[in-house]
Amino acid sequence: MSSQDIPEENLPAQQGHAHGAVDVADEKNPFADPGLPPHEHRIQDIDEQAARRSERAVALLFTVSMLATVGFIVSYVTVPHDRSIYVFPIGHVSALNFALGVTLGLALFCIGAGAVHWARTLMSDVEIADERHPIEASPELRAKVHEDFRQGAKESAIGRRKLIRNTMLGALTLVPLSGLMLLRDLGPLPGTSLRHTLWSKGKLLVNMNTNEPLRPEDVAVGSLTFAKPEGLEEHDEDFQKEIAKAALMIVRLQPDNIKDKRELEWSHEGIVAYSKICTHVGCPISLYEQQTHHVLCPCHQSTFDLSDGARVIFGPAGHALPQLRIGVNDEGYLEALGDFEEPVGPAFWERG
Amino acid sequence: MSTTASNTSRSRGKAPGGERVADWADGRLGIYTLAKSNMRKIFPDHWSFMLGEVCLYSFIIIILTGVYLTLFFHPSMNEVEYHGSYVPLQGQLMSEAFNSTLHISFDVRGGLLIRQIHHWAAVVFIAGMFVHMMRVFFTGAFRKPREVNWLFGFLLFVLGMFTGFTGYSLPDDLLSGTGVRFMEGAILSVPIVGTYISFFLFGGEFPGGDFVARFYSIHILLLPGIMLGLVVGHLILVFYHKHTQFAGPGKTNNNVVGMPLLPVYMAKAGGFFFLVFGVIAFVAAIAQINPIWAIGPYRPDQVSTGAQPDWYMGMAEGLIRAMPGWEINLWGHTLVLGVFIPLVLFGVILVAIAAYPFIEAWVTGDKREHHILDRPRNAPTRTAFGVAWLTVYFVMLIGGGNDIFATHFHLSINAVTWFVRISYFVGPVIAFIVTKRICLGLQRRDKDKVLHGRETGTIKRLPHGEFIEVHEPLSQEQLHTLTAHDQYKPLELGPAVDENGVERKVRATQKVRAKLSEAYFGEESQITKPSVEEYKEITSGHGHH
Repeated sequence: MSSQDIPEENLPAQQGHAHGAVDVADEKNPFADPGLPPHEHRIQDIDEQAARRSERAVALLFTVSMLATVGFIVSYVTVPHDRSIYVFPIGHVSALNFALGVTLGLALFCIGAGAVHWARTLMSDVEIADERHPIEASPELRAKVHEDFRQGAKESAIGRRKLIRNTMLGALTLVPLSGLMLLRDLGPLPGTSLRHTLWSKGKLLVNMNTNEPLRPEDVAVGSLTFAKPEGLEEHDEDFQKEIAKAALMIVRLQPDNIKDKRELEWSHEGIVAYSKICTHVGCPISLYEQQTHHVLCPCHQSTFDLSDGARVIFGPAGHALPQLRIGVNDEGYLEALGDFEEPVGPAFWERG
Repeated sequence: MSTTASNTSRSRGKAPGGERVADWADGRLGIYTLAKSNMRKIFPDHWSFMLGEVCLYSFIIIILTGVYLTLFFHPSMNEVEYHGSYVPLQGQLMSEAFNSTLHISFDVRGGLLIRQIHHWAAVVFIAGMFVHMMRVFFTGAFRKPREVNWLFGFLLFVLGMFTGFTGYSLPDDLLSGTGVRFMEGAILSVPIVGTYISFFLFGGEFPGGDFVARFYSIHILLLPGIMLGLVVGHLILVFYHKHTQFAGPGKTNNNVVGMPLLPVYMAKAGGFFFLVFGVIAFVAAIAQINPIWAIGPYRPDQVSTGAQPDWYMGMAEGLIRAMPGWEINLWGHTLVLGVFIPLVLFGVILVAIAAYPFIEAWVTGDKREHHILDRPRNAPTRTAFGVAWLTVYFVMLIGGGNDIFATHFHLSINAVTWFVRISYFVGPVIAFIVTKRICLGLQRRDKDKVLHGRETGTIKRLPHGEFIEVHEPLSQEQLHTLTAHDQYKPLELGPAVDENGVERKVRATQKVRAKLSEAYFGEESQITKPSVEEYKEITSGHGHH
C-alpha cells in the first residue's frame, strides 16, 4: 500500500518549488509566479475625509445596537405575552416574540456589521505572507523521539517481564465488563411481551372518541372507527405502552367484497378489526380510502388492502396488518374473541 | 486608529494595566509564547472560508440558548394535565416534558424566542457543516496534512445530526414521538440484538417512561461534550496547519497570504459571530419553527399527515420510504431487510464520503503536503464523485418528502416513490458522467484562455472583410493562476514480463490501483495544461488573433 512504488516522475512538480516565489516574467516561463501584486489603496487610506465617514458609519452601527438593546428591555417589560400582532407578510405573530427577536437581532447584527465595516475600511488591508513549515519532524528529531521511547520502554521492562504485561492486559480488558454489566438494568428483557396485547377473549371494543362500547350498528359502511380494549383509560400509568400495541382500526365491508377467507371468518357481518399499528416501523395508520378499502400509513406510505387480509399493496411495509378476531356478545356489543395471533407493529428478529 | 491607541496609553500614565495583567498571566500560563505564533497569525481571504465559521458560531449560539432552555425544561414523561395559558390544550393530558415546553413557549417571556433561536441555529449548524464539508471536499482541502481534521469534521457532522434528533424529540410532541417510534422500529430490525437494544434504550416496551430523560442527558451532556472536544481539536488543527489558500500570484505551497488575526480577523470573525447570531435571532422573530402546541402531545396511536423529520434526517427517512418491504422468515426468526438495509445504507453513504480522502491518497500515492486548494474542475474525478454523492443524498431527501412532493405537485405518491427508487441507482451515474464532462470542458476553456487570451466581445472587421473577435492576452498573474495546478500522470504497472522474460508478479491491489489511477488521470480524465512551448508557439506569430 505504500507509495514507495510510485515513480517520482508520476508525481507532479510541487507548486512553489517549480518556480521561485518572485520569478520575473522572463523569456523562459511566461507562467511564472509574478509574486504578490502591489497593494492598492482604498479611499480611506488616502482620504482622511472618507476615513472619518467610515468611522461615523461604524459608530452609528454600534449606537443603533445600543438603542436596540434598550428596545429589547422595554419590550420585555411592556409587551404583554399574550398579545398577537399582524406583520406583513408573515401574518399574525406573538407581539412579544416579534419585538424581542427583532430588537435582539438588530442589536447583535449591528455589532457585527460595525466590526466588519471597521475591519474592511479602516484596518490595514495589506496582504502579508507567512512562511509555512513542514508538519513532519526533522529526521534528527524523529530519531531522538524514537530513541527516547525505546529507552522508556526498556526501563519499564514491559517487553522483558511478560508476566506483568500479560496480567495487566488481562486486567485492563476485564475491568470495562463491570461498566457493561451496569447497563443491564436499563430495561427488562423482551421475553414475549411484544407478542401480547391487552386484547383477550370477551374484551369489548371501546370507541376511542366516545369511550363507549361499540355495537355493530355503530359501524357504518365506509367509515373508519378507532377502538381500544375496555378497561384501558387515558389516565392509566401504562396507557401509552398498551395503546401502542392494542390500537384498533374497524371498518365495515360488504361481506361479498371480502376476498380473504380467513378475514371473512374473523369478521362479524362484514365488520373487520385490524391493528392500527403499521407493520413497517410502527406509525399509526390513519388514512382510509372508502372505495378501494385501502388504508395508507401517513408516515411512509405503506398501503394495505383491508378487503384482502390487509396485505401490503405498496410501500415499505414487509407484511400484512394483524387481524383481531371479533364477534358479538349476548348484549349485542362487539367483543374480541382472543388476542392477536401474531405480534403487532414492526417486525423484529424473534418475530418468526 | 493608531492615534486613539497612543492617546489612551498616554492618558493612563506609566505601565498600562493591560500589560501588567498580561505579564501576570504570562508568568503563570506562558501566554506570550502562545501569542507569538498566533496573535498575528495570517489567514487567507475567500468567501468559502466563512462557511466553517457559520458552523462554529451557530454551535456557540446553540450552547448559550440550550443552557437557558435547561433552566425551564423538565425532562420527565410523567403525565400531567395542562393548565397553562394556551387555551386550546386546557385540561389535556401530556407529559411534563411537553407541558414545560408549552410553559417556555407561552409563559416565559422570551422563552419562545430562545427556543426558536435554539432550533433555527441547529438547522443552520448542520446545514453549515454540510456545505462546509462540501467546500473542503471539492477543493481538495482534505489532503495531507488535513486528513485527521477531515475526520473530526465528519464526526461533528454525524454527531450533530444525532444531537439534533435527540433534541427535537425532547418536547415529546406528536411529530417527534412519531420520529422516535420510527427510530425504535429501525432498531428492532437489527438482527439478533435489535429487540434487546430497543428494550434497554426505552426501559422496556415503547414508548415507556424513560426515553425523554435518557435523550436529555444524551442531548445536553454526552453528545455536546464530545462535540465540544472535537470542535476545539478541529480549531487547534486549523491553527496548527495554517489555512489553505487558492493558487494565485505570490501564493505558494510554502506560504500563506492574507491578513493577520489581530486586528483584521479578530474584528471580521468576531463581528461575524454577531452577524450570524443577529440573523438567526431575526429569523426566530419572524419564522415559526416546531410549533409543538399546534401538533399536540405524543400518543402512539395518533399521527398527522405530512410528518417530516428535520431536514438532516431526511436522507434516512428517504431510504426507509423507498426501500421495498423485504422480510425473510427462517427458523423462527425474521430478518427485516426492508428496514435493516436502509439503516445500513445510511451508514454506508456517510462513511463513503468520510473515507474518500484516504482512497484518493492511495490512488495518487502522494505523500506530500498540500496547502494550495484545487479548483473543482481541475480534479474532475473527485468532483464527479462528490456530485454523484450529493445526487444520492438529494434523491433521498426527495424520497424523505415523497408525500410532500406528491401533494404539492399533484403527483402520484407511487410515481414519486418509483422515481426515487430508480434515481437512487441511475442518478449518481448520470451525475458522475455529466460532471466529469463539464469539468473537462472548463479545463479546455481555461487552456484556450491561457493560449489565446480572453474573449473581449469586441468584433473587428479586417480590411479584406473578415470579422474576428479581439482576444486580449492574459496578465501574468492570470496566466500563473490558471496553470498553477498539479497534474498527475496515471500509474503504470510496467511490462508484464521482466528483462529475462519471466512473468512479473503484480498484486491484485496494484492492478486495481492502476485502473483507478487511469480513471483519475488518464487521457479521458484530464486536459493536459498548456505548456510554455505551446504558449510561445501561439503567441509568437504576429497578427494572430
